[in-house]
Amino acid sequence: MKDFLAPASEVARRTGPQDRIVLSSRVRLARNLRGFSFPGWAKKPERVQVYERVAAAVTSLPSLQGCFCDTLDRLSTLEKQLLVERHLISREHAAKSTGSGVVLNREETFCLMINEEDHLRMQSLRPGLQFREAWAELDALDTELESRLEYAFHRRLGYLTACPTNVGTGIRVSAMLHLPGLVLTEQINGVVQSVNKLGLAVRGLYGEGTEALGNVFQVSNQMTLGESEQTILEKLDKVLRQIIELEENARATLIEKNPKMVYNHIGRAYGILANAHIIASKEAMNMLSLMRLGVDLGMFPGVDRSLTDELFLLIQPGHLQLLHQEKLQAEERDILRADLIRNRLKTVSRPGPPLPSTGPGG
Amino acid sequence: MKCCVCKEREATVHLTQIVGDKMQKLDLCEECARSKGVNDPTGFSLADLLLGLGASQEMEQATKGGELKCPQCGFSQADFKKLGRFGCPECYETFSEGLDNLLKTMHKGTRHVGKVPAAFSGVQTMKERLERLQQELARAIQEENFERAAVLRDEIKNLQARLTAPGAR
Repeated sequence: MKDFLAPASEVARRTGPQDRIVLSSRVRLARNLRGFSFPGWAKKPERVQVYERVAAAVTSLPSLQGCFCDTLDRLSTLEKQLLVERHLISREHAAKSTGSGVVLNREETFCLMINEEDHLRMQSLRPGLQFREAWAELDALDTELESRLEYAFHRRLGYLTACPTNVGTGIRVSAMLHLPGLVLTEQINGVVQSVNKLGLAVRGLYGEGTEALGNVFQVSNQMTLGESEQTILEKLDKVLRQIIELEENARATLIEKNPKMVYNHIGRAYGILANAHIIASKEAMNMLSLMRLGVDLGMFPGVDRSLTDELFLLIQPGHLQLLHQEKLQAEERDILRADLIRNRLKTVSRPGPPLPSTGPGG
Repeated sequence: MKCCVCKEREATVHLTQIVGDKMQKLDLCEECARSKGVNDPTGFSLADLLLGLGASQEMEQATKGGELKCPQCGFSQADFKKLGRFGCPECYETFSEGLDNLLKTMHKGTRHVGKVPAAFSGVQTMKERLERLQQELARAIQEENFERAAVLRDEIKNLQARLTAPGAR
């Protein structure tokens, strides 16, 4: 698994539409097999049986040849941690072992969790705002799978899921957004509330019940019954375009009305990152977020966004551990994290006022 | 941050509640949290936490205390209250009473709109066609158009035979 994953530098270079604000788009489908208990209720032999059926069906798909497929008990804690940090599997799934598994393609655009909360939780991931593309791929795979597996489907209620909150389409459409402008202008709570009113959820970096570290927010649909996949996708797309506009406006307002405050935040963030010798991941993420904003605003000429994006991934505990042989303690990680960041920022000069040529876009 | 109840100890338990468009935040120290029953997991039903307060009462009321168990997987009402999840796909039939009210609180509707597996869509359209034909037949009889009624009756018979044939789910 460690060798299967693409290096962080490659991940950070993946680009997509609107990736200045939208880090990634994701579509997830929940499916279950008829005649089997849901994973949370099934006994181990039943879970193993389901795993075997699903793994056989999935790995036989022509489009998934050469993919990674294994049970979680055969993965180390570190490998599972890496998958969590890349948002490929959930924290809950990482805690499972025998009878649960993961299927991942080379491009890391498709990932299937077997026996998480449902028998199948498959997701399609894309950099930037690409719901339609993500859905098209997943829909096609799901259609291929339905001839190989007998899904639990109810005429009136649709695809049956362990939790009634997912019944119907079983779809979850979500995007990861970087919103430092809305946070700095203190508009974020208002935005979160209006998005909630539309029946959409806003969560932190690692999903349900997590903090919005590094000004990263996850927006997703909550309702799955009574609306078609298309309707849900379109709604999310529309809302996201509005959030993007609000974020761009917030950034423009900040620069126009309070440039010193923005330069101060970004300059200090750079100062800490370039000079710290001990830094916790939370602080590092928040500072990198401000530096990313600085890159977006043109305050770091010649620096690409992939620099901050790669660091954002590399400083996570699992990825940091991967760079070192011996098992790291939290205090050691904080030192090595600071070393890594300082080293990467050696060639980056202090931020200056934004270059006039950079505006919204790309 | 100090605890908002005793205003002395450091707050380590943070609760955020959103009711309507009002957000309320509570920062409690461990002791005050415990005395208010906040970190007592039995004080909260998981179903309530997951599905919104009142969800488990809704389900309970629907079956009036009787220990209903899923014949397929042995899952009970109490299990749902505890876990907020069902045991198997069959549970949706077993616990169908009261389910609609629950679904109404969390979804746009109570009827699936969207993708249907090919194996079902065939049957679906056949059933819809059957319904249409039966309506037409009734109308034909009412209009005393017996020639048309005979044709329709044969067509219905055919369709019914195909629907009950093995292999058609």
